[in-house]
Amino acid sequence: MSNAPLLQIENLHARLADDPSVEILRGIDLTIRPGEVHSIMGPNGSGKSTLAQLLAGKEDYEVTDGRILFMGQDVEDLGPDDRANMGMFLAFQYPVEVPGVSAMQFLKAAVNAKRAFAGEAEMDAGSLIRHFRAKAEQINVPFDMLKRNANEGFSGGERKRFEIYQMAVLDAQLGILDETDSGLDIDALRIVSEGVNSMRDGMRGFLLITHYQRLLEYIVPDFVHVLVNGKFVKSGGKELALELEQHGYAPFGVHEHAAIAPPAGASA
Amino acid sequence: MTTLDADRCACGCTDAPCFVDALRQLGRQRFDELGWPTRRDESWRYTDVSPIANTQWREPGDALPADVYPADVARFAIPDLDAVTLVFVDGVFRPELSDDASDLGAGVTCTLLPEAVRERASWLDGRIGTLTSETDDAFTAMSNARAGELGVVLHANAGARAAKPVRVLSIASDPTPVAAHPRHVIIAGKGAGVTFIEHSVCLADDAVSFTNAVTEVFADDGAKVEHYFLEQDSERAFNVSTLAIRQGASSDVHSHTILLGGRLVRNNVMPTLIGEDAHCLINGLYVGQGRQHLDNAMRVRHAAPNCRSRQHYKGIMNDRSRGVFTGRIIVDPVAQQTDAIQSNRNMLLSDDARINARPQLEIYADDVRCTHGCTTGRVDDELVFYFRSRGIPENVSRAMLIYAFAAEGFERMSLKPVRRLLAAEMIAKLPGAQGLSIELD
Ligand SMILES: Nc1ncnc2c1ncn2[C@@H]1O[C@H](COP(=O)(O)OP(=O)(O)O)[C@@H](O)[C@H]1O
Ligand SMILES: [Mg+2]
Repeated sequence: MSNAPLLQIENLHARLADDPSVEILRGIDLTIRPGEVHSIMGPNGSGKSTLAQLLAGKEDYEVTDGRILFMGQDVEDLGPDDRANMGMFLAFQYPVEVPGVSAMQFLKAAVNAKRAFAGEAEMDAGSLIRHFRAKAEQINVPFDMLKRNANEGFSGGERKRFEIYQMAVLDAQLGILDETDSGLDIDALRIVSEGVNSMRDGMRGFLLITHYQRLLEYIVPDFVHVLVNGKFVKSGGKELALELEQHGYAPFGVHEHAAIAPPAGASA
Repeated sequence: MTTLDADRCACGCTDAPCFVDALRQLGRQRFDELGWPTRRDESWRYTDVSPIANTQWREPGDALPADVYPADVARFAIPDLDAVTLVFVDGVFRPELSDDASDLGAGVTCTLLPEAVRERASWLDGRIGTLTSETDDAFTAMSNARAGELGVVLHANAGARAAKPVRVLSIASDPTPVAAHPRHVIIAGKGAGVTFIEHSVCLADDAVSFTNAVTEVFADDGAKVEHYFLEQDSERAFNVSTLAIRQGASSDVHSHTILLGGRLVRNNVMPTLIGEDAHCLINGLYVGQGRQHLDNAMRVRHAAPNCRSRQHYKGIMNDRSRGVFTGRIIVDPVAQQTDAIQSNRNMLLSDDARINARPQLEIYADDVRCTHGCTTGRVDDELVFYFRSRGIPENVSRAMLIYAFAAEGFERMSLKPVRRLLAAEMIAKLPGAQGLSIELD
């Protein structure tokens, strides 16, 4: 496979569709090539989740300038399901509870949707279960989790692990992780990170969105970008994350109460 | 309603009048006093019955029996359900299409009502009509006036358990309007257990029927009764049904109602808990489309201490359909330690669909737990986005979410074949859900 970018974001400007006076993203450029791990760090409210959701196709936001290419294709006319079926995956900051649909039924529908998109027949029940089991082992989630309704009554940690599990089951090519680390204790953080690392194969790309540097000790990024007020104010290598740990976002004119290291027992 | 003045004994007794006659007279009087309900009647505020009142109805059996064959009956089977099915076509019992009811197990008997009036008077005298005679509902009064002519009696001696469910399958075949007033009586003696299914279907989409069914359930101390009402009439049909229940001490009654068809449907469920520690579950789902009007009126009366009632009703309304839910809970002064929960949740699938929901709590005891909740919403956009972000197309996402909303209540049913049938019916109604095969176990 070529080294063509997985994702290209060019001069992206976006605002709230319902309230055009709320400008959130103010000119973002980002290229992710196969095998690369990028991290976006930024204080609360800087636009991290907006960027993640916009990439995944959320219609709450309106692009006013610039464009997004995924696998070389302008995503403007692609629905969230098309993007997902092309290999994009968003691990949500706040995964929603799905009443009445088990995690298994949910993933079965997702796997078969992806196969239909690729013009393939549905996966038979036996192969599906084997696939689910193999991925459960790889990501270190209990298989029994799949019998419960998706996210319903899951703890914060379980939800995040289930997101990573879904990413593996769907064999995503670009994983966008929106604050997957927040609310996790050290053990859960390690499990989640090992899951992500187990998927790094030199071809897949990852975009790790985080407030804290801690996650980046487990999943080491190739590039770090600092997002403040809807713009990258600085980009660099992994050392930039350490810089942020020492000085916080203050050098960028942001004064937060919280330290860069999460307070003990911090939750999402 | 000329036949209200019938002068012969309506159940065909030779030495008229029989013990049901007083009920019939009372019914005629009461209907004359009440007249057809209007929107000014509080209980009928959202439902206009004038299309029923203004139709010239034919009596069951006035025309030649309709051509209905075993293959037609098979179409309405509940797959894998081992039940005794009794078939009525346009309000006429059809023995050649029905199962033999003799193998329900020791102490359990199922007969036609007119036969039971003649031969099993001791079961019915002092029971039939006792839950309906003092009605302020014109349809129930009408039913009282016709009591004994049509219907089924299911009787279980103390301690007897029915070997299988009894299913009354009512088939409407006729595009000329036929009105039927069946009355079913279910008597579960002390510690007995029975399951009764009322299944209402149509052979032709243009079948016009008016069914005014009243079912009286007597659950004696410790009895367990499960009642299903599966309503799949044509969208030109009128269906008024009343389930009146008397529960003795420690009895347990479950009522499951699924309204899928009908132009105008009124579903009354009225348990009275008269013995201590009685439990009742009222589970329902109404799914409307086109211009269907589906009205549900619950009246749960706690008349003894320490009883528990649960009401879970859900509506899914599409197109220009309208759903009504009235949930009345009455807690008598003696009914201390009542534990009553009522929940009514509705999903609107179109801008023109409507819901009117009203809880009515009348609590006259002080030491009770009585909660109610009512919501009306749409398919949650956040959930649709979550599904789509996993590659699931929008129509399939919505279908899965609507299905999941509906199916929650299926899990409260003990008969898995009924659950599976309903799952298939729901999936057939939801574009995009076809082939989803959401398994139930
Ligand atoms: N759907 C929305 N409705 C209203 N405001 C929004 C919405 N999405 C984002 N915003 C606003 O945009 C800004 C960026 O939000 P977000 O992208 O969630 O930040 P972050 O993830 O970096 O904390 C915030 O000021 C937030 O209030
Ligand atoms: Mg965020």
